[in-house]
Amino acid sequence: MSVVSPIREHLVTGGKTYHDVTEDICRHVEAKPTKEWKIAFAISVLVLMYGGGWVLWTWWEGLGVWGLNKTVGWAWDITNFVWWVGIGHAGTLISAILLLFRQKWRTSINRAAEAMTIFAVLCAASFILMHMGRPWLAYWALPLPNTFGSLWVNFNSPLVWDVFAISTYFSVSCLFWFIGLIPDLATIRDRATGVRKTIYGALSLGWTGGAKTWARYEDVSLILAGLSTPLVLSVHTIVSFDFATSVIPGWHTTIFPPYFVAGAIFSGFAMVQNLMLVTRVVYKLEDYITLEHISLMNKIITLTGSIVGVAYITEFFIAAYSGVEYEKYAFINRATGPLWWSYFGMMFCNVMSPQVFWFKKLRENIVVSFVIAVVVNIGMWFERFVIIVTSLHRDYIPSSWTYFTPRMGDIGDYIFSFGFFFTCFFLFSKFLPVINMAEVKSVLKSSSEKKSNH
Amino acid sequence: MTDKKYIVGIFNDEDVVMDAVQKIRSKGIKIHEVFCPYPVHGLDHALGYERPRMGVPAFLFGITGTCLAFLLTFWTLGIDWPMNIGGKNFFPFPTNIPIVFELTVLLAAFGMSFTFFFMEGLGPSVKPIIFDIRSTDDKFAMAIDLNKNTVSDSDIKAFLSEFGAEEVNIKEV
Repeated sequence: MSVVSPIREHLVTGGKTYHDVTEDICRHVEAKPTKEWKIAFAISVLVLMYGGGWVLWTWWEGLGVWGLNKTVGWAWDITNFVWWVGIGHAGTLISAILLLFRQKWRTSINRAAEAMTIFAVLCAASFILMHMGRPWLAYWALPLPNTFGSLWVNFNSPLVWDVFAISTYFSVSCLFWFIGLIPDLATIRDRATGVRKTIYGALSLGWTGGAKTWARYEDVSLILAGLSTPLVLSVHTIVSFDFATSVIPGWHTTIFPPYFVAGAIFSGFAMVQNLMLVTRVVYKLEDYITLEHISLMNKIITLTGSIVGVAYITEFFIAAYSGVEYEKYAFINRATGPLWWSYFGMMFCNVMSPQVFWFKKLRENIVVSFVIAVVVNIGMWFERFVIIVTSLHRDYIPSSWTYFTPRMGDIGDYIFSFGFFFTCFFLFSKFLPVINMAEVKSVLKSSSEKKSNH
Repeated sequence: MTDKKYIVGIFNDEDVVMDAVQKIRSKGIKIHEVFCPYPVHGLDHALGYERPRMGVPAFLFGITGTCLAFLLTFWTLGIDWPMNIGGKNFFPFPTNIPIVFELTVLLAAFGMSFTFFFMEGLGPSVKPIIFDIRSTDDKFAMAIDLNKNTVSDSDIKAFLSEFGAEEVNIKEV
């Protein structure tokens, strides 16, 4: 049997019964969309359409619509890709790693975090397609026989590893998310009528919740968590290999895999924090996503922010210690060269700003949590920009040194990914339960505030 | 299908239902199944089910993935179309580990999950037999198949009420 530490705060407040949990969470799925939802959704779709126009233009016109030049041949496209993939990692971390660690507080946030993972990975994948330039040849990245036009892919290439890692990660995340949804879809099915009953009935696969099914289900979830944990670590490790296996000073560092994984968790938690802070207010779920949850998330943000801080400093030490002048220059240029502002932005947003969470008052303050989470995501975007662009823009030949300025193509494609992400998230929050009802019910008895306390 | 008759006991609390399962079984009554809104730990053990072993399909599918990925990389780059990449071996094993690992995880996860769907008879066109519609909301429903028990109906009903069922219904399927 599980033991709950007496010093833990209640995970569910307001003296909820099992039926209250069902009601509170199904309400948003069953009711007509609210005005706020319609407005927010409409804005997302407009952003998606505007950005989508730029994506089509990028495909039509070619990569010339971006600000790339012959020295900086990789900039916002790959920055955005790494940024989105990193954000995606929080979902798997919350649902898989926290499940293995038996952290009960994951139950209120895992569903939305997993959904966010899927949408973020799709956004990341869209940048892969975009920066191929000719997306209709995307199948060249797959191991197809030579008769399809290309040779077999080079399995020694980290870009091919990326294809396998991202597509496996996306499929396994979808599966994990869907398996988690089945019992809740059955709950909605049993409350619904008409067409909705048919749709949710098909999606819930005829779930009845028998004890034997639940026992196997729990076993499946545990093993999926065990499989997803090394998977999520491998994905960002492989993403970091895109850089680490190259011979560019500033990129080929062995610290990249752990440093990228920590950064991914960091930015992902910040994004989950943002989404949950909005969702809990809009859907009135303050009893499920409590200040305790927000505070725990902030603790992880501070921890991972400090880990990336240590990584930034280690990189400088290793560059100095390596004795290679190009390596040293890459790092000095990073902090003091013409793109110093991006380095400063990264250090300030990622390392310094989360330190405010050492104070309990600030850690439990909703506005501060929201602002810091936004700042952290800006900082993590800068981190990738710093790694990619500052390492490239001054190469071995000073005559080819340049500066990078984004053009509207870069910005428009980035806007597209936001439109896509939020459109998907709003659709999810309308048609599927944003909190895992079955899991919340399973911790209700041990970790909820009792009615008599009031 | 109309000849199957079940007695369904409705419980309010996981501890009560757990206790009732043990007592009902000690009376020699066979329980068809207990339906719960969330996983109750230990209930499968109390009902006498074997420990689930989903790790077996996961391992088998995983090892299949490992072999397939190894064959794919080895055959394509080592045999079918060897390419000289930076003067390395035609089949440098370490650089293929990411592919082998990803395909192992992919096949293990999907293989195990679909085995689970198959074992539990779950699928998009399945019409489930629902003993009590509240069992996906807040109640625990214990279904007892009357055809498979020798104890009389009224005795089973009495036992269920005695062991904490707040309602006892008859369900014909």
